[in-house]
Amino acid sequence: MTQDNNNHPTPPAQQPRTIKEALNPVSRRTFLKGTAASLLGMTGVVAALEPLLKLERGELTIDGLLQKHYHRLTPEAMERILRSLEEKCKEQYGVMPNIADIKPMEGVGFAYALNLSRCVGCRKCAHACMAENNQSRESATDIEMSYIRVLELDQGSINMESSNQYYHPDEVPRKGKYYMPVQCHQCRHAPCTQACPVKATWQDPDGIIVVDYNWCIGCRYCMAACPYDARRFNFDKPKIPEKAINPNQDYLSNRIRPKGVVEKCTFCLHRTREGKYPACLEVCPTGARVFGNLLDPDSEINYILKNKRVYILKEDVGTMPRFYYFFDK
Amino acid sequence: MLKDYTLFLVRVGLLSFQGSRKYYAWMIFLFVICLIGLHAYSLQFVEGLSTTGMTNQVSWGVYIANFTFLVGVAAAAVMLVIPAYIYKKDHMNKVVIFGELMAIAVIIMCLLFVMVDLGRPDRFHHMLPPFGILNWPLSILSWDVIVLNGYLLLNLHICGYLLYTKYLGRKPTKMFYIPFIFIAMAWAISIHTVTAFLYVGLAGRPYWNNPIVAPRFLASAFTAGPALLIITFQVIRKSTSYWIGNEPIFTLRMIMTVSMVINVFLLGCELFTEFYAATAHVVASRYLYFGLEGHNVLVPWIWTAIALDFIGLGLLMTPLSRDINWLNLACIFCFIGIWIEKGMGLIIPGFVPSPLGQVVEYLPTINETLVCLGIWAFGALLYSWMLKIAIPIMDGSLRRSGISQVD
Ligand code: SF4
Ligand code: SF4
Repeated sequence: MTQDNNNHPTPPAQQPRTIKEALNPVSRRTFLKGTAASLLGMTGVVAALEPLLKLERGELTIDGLLQKHYHRLTPEAMERILRSLEEKCKEQYGVMPNIADIKPMEGVGFAYALNLSRCVGCRKCAHACMAENNQSRESATDIEMSYIRVLELDQGSINMESSNQYYHPDEVPRKGKYYMPVQCHQCRHAPCTQACPVKATWQDPDGIIVVDYNWCIGCRYCMAACPYDARRFNFDKPKIPEKAINPNQDYLSNRIRPKGVVEKCTFCLHRTREGKYPACLEVCPTGARVFGNLLDPDSEINYILKNKRVYILKEDVGTMPRFYYFFDK
Repeated sequence: MLKDYTLFLVRVGLLSFQGSRKYYAWMIFLFVICLIGLHAYSLQFVEGLSTTGMTNQVSWGVYIANFTFLVGVAAAAVMLVIPAYIYKKDHMNKVVIFGELMAIAVIIMCLLFVMVDLGRPDRFHHMLPPFGILNWPLSILSWDVIVLNGYLLLNLHICGYLLYTKYLGRKPTKMFYIPFIFIAMAWAISIHTVTAFLYVGLAGRPYWNNPIVAPRFLASAFTAGPALLIITFQVIRKSTSYWIGNEPIFTLRMIMTVSMVINVFLLGCELFTEFYAATAHVVASRYLYFGLEGHNVLVPWIWTAIALDFIGLGLLMTPLSRDINWLNLACIFCFIGIWIEKGMGLIIPGFVPSPLGQVVEYLPTINETLVCLGIWAFGALLYSWMLKIAIPIMDGSLRRSGISQVD
């Protein structure tokens, strides 16, 4: 019976209303009720926002909100921003850094090659990278932020699904294993820059893909787009002890990042654009890493790309990386 | 003119607080959940996204999952608009506005889900030229920003215009809304498609980089959206004086059934391609359906979804669902099934395993879940409020002057 009612319902009879009711559906009581409810509601909203009181001073500033995109900044504006970033670092981390904005050099296109026959998987590069680039080094999980992930693979296969990133570094190289460090490949066709909705990440003329940490909105679309798992997100504010801070910093590379933005390997542009080697190369005990200018015909990197057996990771994705692997045995 | 409009706003404002005890209880209930969500979000705003379960490996979680699902629901309003305006079905004309209002509420939920996912919500304006730079047309996310906001504006205009002219007691001028209705139809399809392309366009994620994602997304949305509308219509007819008969409900049932059949068929195609050849491509699907190396948090979810989908489909296809109670059950099953499948089931396996083969699992934290609940409650609050205003206008009891009969 009820089911029948449900299936063949009929409109209820309309209640006749007085003219007054229909014309003026609002009474004074409603008005009072409405006012009371609004006031209560507002109080509730304010109470719910209570955690905002704990917001750190200097976290949200007018200057920060008004800052323009890197490419639209005048040199004077940049200067002001750099100085205020230095102040902020001093205030929050106790160290006065020197933050520069080093531009790419003319006639330089960087490339990196890594010798898979030599790499022993000691992860020295990953740790040097974290120190050079001012990353948190407080807890064991901070290694997740390192720009370099070293994969331990089984000899006889290059299947990443069976790779292990959490092997114990004291015992390397282990029997039957070989090692493959992966970092940002500085793709010529970079899916990450294409994905970014606000152009917060782009390719500089020397081939390095950079991120403007003051422009990134933290949507993490670039992380989803990267085929090499090369991007890291600042879920927290970086925690670095005063002594551990590297004061030689650059706006687009190793300055201490704010929370909520994405970062990645920049081929140590604050070093390499001044003619030095990346930190990971300098520390590598086996000499597995080769870095240089692709546009210089006499460079070692050019020799390797022309004469060695070179392997490009995920070549099929069409990213055309500036990072190569090679073998010499 | 302006005086009329001000009076209208005042009346709407006051009407919002006029209601039965049940209405008050419902709205207060939703409002309290909103506040809890807001509190959780303020915490996240201060602490950063470390309050969520996301990691560098699984960099999108339940926020983006809900966003993706809801984009589908928002677009489903078109399933009322097409019968009403193209096939000129009278019974649909009477309810089409409720679909459009739902689209508004749901799109706002979508925008909120994106907003809470941002690491730097304070830089939201970087997406809005001239303050910011929108990487258009290169970034699919920039397309999504445009289509979602466009769809919101279109529906705001259509609903606002139709309701206000009705309030004034005038006949709406065709020129002012018919063209927009047709644009909105095409636009509805575009919000799905663009959202699907967000994932499909990523060559480095084989689980998503698959042409079937977009059509499946459409089909499942045209099931979930109507399911929600069917339930809403019954709530309206039970709790207000606005009468909605059974015809629109059964038209929607038909639409749902067809969409669900297509959805399940496409699911079959996908599973066959993945598992028959068993290439390396299959790892993410294997993780989703069976788990990998003991990592299997999604497994019970996805099988629940599949069971719900199939039971729902079974109910829809048999005469059983001509009975409204069974139909409601089918709606609930399909809605939840698709929420799982097109939410977590679509997003998380895209990240597992990571591009370097790492298996890191994801589970939302409590804080994250509260934020989600808050947004859902806010959407429900918004929709309830819009109905509260729209229904008296539709049935003629809220008019500028004079009484008109209930039509
Ligand atoms: S490796 Fe990833 S982050 Fe680096 S350029 Fe390529 S896509 Fe971008
Ligand atoms: S997280 Fe930052 S850099 Fe990455 S896509 Fe979003 S805005 Fe661009």
